[in-house]
Amino acid sequence: MRYLPLNDADRSAMLDKIGAPDVDALFVDVPEEARLSGPIDGLPMHASEMAVEKHMRRLSKKNLAAADAAFFLGAGAYRHHVPASVDHIIQRGEFLTAYTPYQPEIAQGTLQMLFEFQSQVARLYGCAVANASMYDGSTACWEAVAMASRVARGKKRKVVLSGALHPHYAEVVRTMAKFTEDEIAGAPPSLTAKPDDDGLIARIDESTSCVVVQYPDIFGRLPDLEKIAEAAHDKGALLIAVNTEPVALGAIKSPGELGADIVVGEGQSIGVGLQFGGPYLGLFAVRDPKHVRMMPGRLCGETVDAEGKRGFVLTLSTREQHIRREKATSNICTNSGLCALAFSVHMTLLGEKGLRSLATENHRLACIAAERLGKVSGAKVLNESFFNEFTLLIEGDARKIVRDLTSQDVLAGVALGRLFPGNDALGKGLLVAVTETTTEEDIETLASALEEVLA
Amino acid sequence: MARYFTDEHEWIDLEGETATVGITDFAQGQLGDIVFVELPDVGAVVEKGKDAAVVESVKAASDVYAPLSGEVVEVNEALEDDPALVNSSPEDDGWFFKMTVSDKAELEGLMDDKAYKSFCDGL
Amino acid sequence: MSTPNASGWKPGTPVEGHNAMSGPDTATGNRALLLEEPLLFEIGSTETTGVDFEFAAKLDLAGVEQPSPPKSAPASRLGGFERTDAIGLPGLTEPETVRHYTRLSRQNYAIDLGLFPLGSCTMKHNPRLNEKVARMPGFADVHPLQPVDTVRGALEVANELAHWLIKLTGMHSVAMSPKAGAHGELCGILCIRAALEARGDARKVILVPESAHGTNPATAAFAGYEIEDIPANADGRVDLDALKGRLGPDVAGVMITNPSTLGLFERDLKAISDAVHDAGGFVYCDGANFNAIVGKVRPGDLGVDAMHINLHKTFSTPHGGGGPGSGPVVLSEALAPFMPLPYTARTEDGVVHLVEEEDAEAFAQEHFGRQLAHFGRMTAFHGQMGMFTRALAYILSHGADGLKQVAEDAVLNANYVLRSLEDVLDAPFGHSGPCMHEALFSDKGFAEGVSTLDLAKALIDEGYHPMTMYFPLVVHGAMLIEPTETESKAALDQFIMALRSVAERAKTGDESLKTAPYYAPRRRLDETLAARKPVLAWEEPNPPAGTPTLSEQGGR
Repeated sequence: MRYLPLNDADRSAMLDKIGAPDVDALFVDVPEEARLSGPIDGLPMHASEMAVEKHMRRLSKKNLAAADAAFFLGAGAYRHHVPASVDHIIQRGEFLTAYTPYQPEIAQGTLQMLFEFQSQVARLYGCAVANASMYDGSTACWEAVAMASRVARGKKRKVVLSGALHPHYAEVVRTMAKFTEDEIAGAPPSLTAKPDDDGLIARIDESTSCVVVQYPDIFGRLPDLEKIAEAAHDKGALLIAVNTEPVALGAIKSPGELGADIVVGEGQSIGVGLQFGGPYLGLFAVRDPKHVRMMPGRLCGETVDAEGKRGFVLTLSTREQHIRREKATSNICTNSGLCALAFSVHMTLLGEKGLRSLATENHRLACIAAERLGKVSGAKVLNESFFNEFTLLIEGDARKIVRDLTSQDVLAGVALGRLFPGNDALGKGLLVAVTETTTEEDIETLASALEEVLA
Repeated sequence: MARYFTDEHEWIDLEGETATVGITDFAQGQLGDIVFVELPDVGAVVEKGKDAAVVESVKAASDVYAPLSGEVVEVNEALEDDPALVNSSPEDDGWFFKMTVSDKAELEGLMDDKAYKSFCDGL
Repeated sequence: MSTPNASGWKPGTPVEGHNAMSGPDTATGNRALLLEEPLLFEIGSTETTGVDFEFAAKLDLAGVEQPSPPKSAPASRLGGFERTDAIGLPGLTEPETVRHYTRLSRQNYAIDLGLFPLGSCTMKHNPRLNEKVARMPGFADVHPLQPVDTVRGALEVANELAHWLIKLTGMHSVAMSPKAGAHGELCGILCIRAALEARGDARKVILVPESAHGTNPATAAFAGYEIEDIPANADGRVDLDALKGRLGPDVAGVMITNPSTLGLFERDLKAISDAVHDAGGFVYCDGANFNAIVGKVRPGDLGVDAMHINLHKTFSTPHGGGGPGSGPVVLSEALAPFMPLPYTARTEDGVVHLVEEEDAEAFAQEHFGRQLAHFGRMTAFHGQMGMFTRALAYILSHGADGLKQVAEDAVLNANYVLRSLEDVLDAPFGHSGPCMHEALFSDKGFAEGVSTLDLAKALIDEGYHPMTMYFPLVVHGAMLIEPTETESKAALDQFIMALRSVAERAKTGDESLKTAPYYAPRRRLDETLAARKPVLAWEEPNPPAGTPTLSEQGGR
């Protein structure tokens, strides 16, 4: 068996050293009735690399890969070009097969990378401090809500959710809040050209610990974070800004600049790839350094070694579960280290200049798409503002249309009916995302296909 | 002014109706380098034996229990910038908070200097 | 012990008082292959980029179809939110980027370099086939919200893995979406809470042994429970009688790690489960150490109600310097109806369905004949697909015979380490019989003033990542060694030799241990400074004139 170095001679020499007659003697503490008598039911015996690869390739081929279609899906996961060197670097064994850097003397590679990653995320978000990553955007969103409750020392328990927060994120928050004492004040989504900032502001009161707003929101619109931040701060509440498309922040103001207190989001767009939803990369940052000790997750900090050389360590660990146990700020342990590396390498390749070019190109193509698709008879663009994703309202059942178009290798977008099941008012909505991987030919393909089905 | 000690390694200076609370030299020695002290809010009502503050070294966080019941009236803000005061001057500049004493009967059973010293020697 | 170095070959002849590491200082701060690397922020520039954009280039290749040149940019639709201020993100060209990260990578220890004996972390070899499989376009380049007919293969992977996890654990169902072990723990505990609430029996307390991973109490607290300790007996196992004495109508459940973090199998787990069930509670098993028993023991046969499986431990998906992980949770029949959405299920016609919020009711009614009571959703999308492909490839590669051999070799290797060291290191539970997949030692017998940390740092100089230390908390100066099954006997022998050497030094009070490591890229780092004055993000230095920055000092 190719992954097991011991041979039978080794095994018997080792058993001699241990003083055990056979390997079963080492399992003596397992009660007889708990031991399996035979092999696992139905599982084949070991297989060659070639055979396994063949099996997996067969399964892979049953999927329609984005590269093989005119592709317009977004809604929290975006298809961007990832430079080849990103994958090369994350496959270096020293990164891929390392553990969490608990022994800093022999983990400076991971630690310095994390320090650089934290710095990149903090700057992108307009914040003071970012952590070393969370599982994904949705869990980071819940962790931010839990943190806001800690900042309020548990005295305020109302969480105001924007109706235009990604419904999966909202569902994660609702699920977790069932088990804590947070009271979730949501609102139904409404298909208006501009987000209902005033309606949201009206729901903030003295008992509100935090307001959660997505930017750009699930429909692609840009809420006025500055106004919402002011209103939240007036009532002593924190503003949590959620961003699911980090590329946007190369074009639009950062949530931190606009007054958000905690900024969380999904980092998948940069470096990570679609991967059918995971692993992704949760980003988490705070604007005010005073809030650092309330943060969840690992933090890497700068220090010096015994010879005075600069080095990095995981720090402020007393917030974490392995020390604080039931009083920890979160139960998170493993996070998304390798995805953070992919993000950081891609962001380094881009640099500010590249990020701005990338964002500009995304927005330019999205504008072209909005213009073209808005001209399709029976379709119109909802949004007044957007970055690289907008909502198209079409005369028909968007979900059915999306399904039907797959036969032409067109992945037309995410139907709002899939995201908000049971909400018939949204049935006509189609979220269309456009990135640098989208060509103008793709846009034309989608427009013609829609013209055909809507005719 | 009278100084009392608890078996949880806190010291209490009682002056009139107000008590100043900190952790002992023995405790700081056990904890090692203190990196952070989380103090209660001024105005917080604390209950004898319940959590009142947290003192952190690099690899440990320890709860500091309120030695008496009462209301916190002042906290040592110097600890925010310089937690090392707890190491360098635990029983003086490194005090944690001041509180009112709601029930002086709670002082019964606390140790004096001598008793605390022999208590530590026995550990 | 057999002769670990029969040839007597040694890498170089040491010269008294002068070794390779104590030569003259270099101008760069580098030491040959040990290369110092500045921060990205010190070498990059916001005007540099390592990415060319197609629209920026004007290619004119005869006979090659080119994308149309960009149309004139339409008016911005950013609603007045244009980011005008500098962001401060430095860039590097591709060669500089590759060099920066390659240099950094060489300051890391990794499984690919050597034995990584972290107890309870299961640092085994990461097969490269799994990396290749995960990158197949049908897995890597599909969107989670594509119409399900275009992702049947991805759903089959999730379902096929789910199937084998159920079979390997002897459980009823599995929730695949949790993102890592601790997330899986939370999932399991929330299932327990939902099940109790569904029968109108809210309970307050979860019992957790002191030897448990910190995630256990943190998870139970996060789910709103009070934590109480379960006492251990002299063997280091759960004290069954004491546990029975504590069970009652307020106890929601127990969290037990099996094999335990002391490296011992909980012999009484079935009796524990029966007692907990009799008292109306549930049994959560922390599956972090499943590697010791995979293919040999099925937790479902021991009465477990929920157990997370760290795919990045037992099933070899890479740790990646701290994730991503994946933590599917296998569930008993009693808890299965409460699992979170979404989930996948294969129906009799062979089709694999993705069951989300909208069709959950109809699907359950049709296929289970009743409503389920999902407690909600734990994450956007469906879970760690990229880990499912790797773990499935791993399971199929080993097969039924290979997985059993994995457990046997893992346990054999750990016992070999235990019995090869117990004469020089105190093994507090060595008397309790064979260990499972990890061997536990304490600092008893070390000279005054020498600590487990000192020994660990000396092990770094010997070329090893240290073992898990100071965990479990119940053993003073604990050292927990898990060699895993992917180590050869020769690799173990060399490790044992190294550890015996540093153990002897610890016992004789060798002062030089206290300032180890000497040969790592960094000496001991000042963690107190890091915590007292946290520097958590790069800030442009603003040094007074004439003061060289760290980088200008060549990193010294």
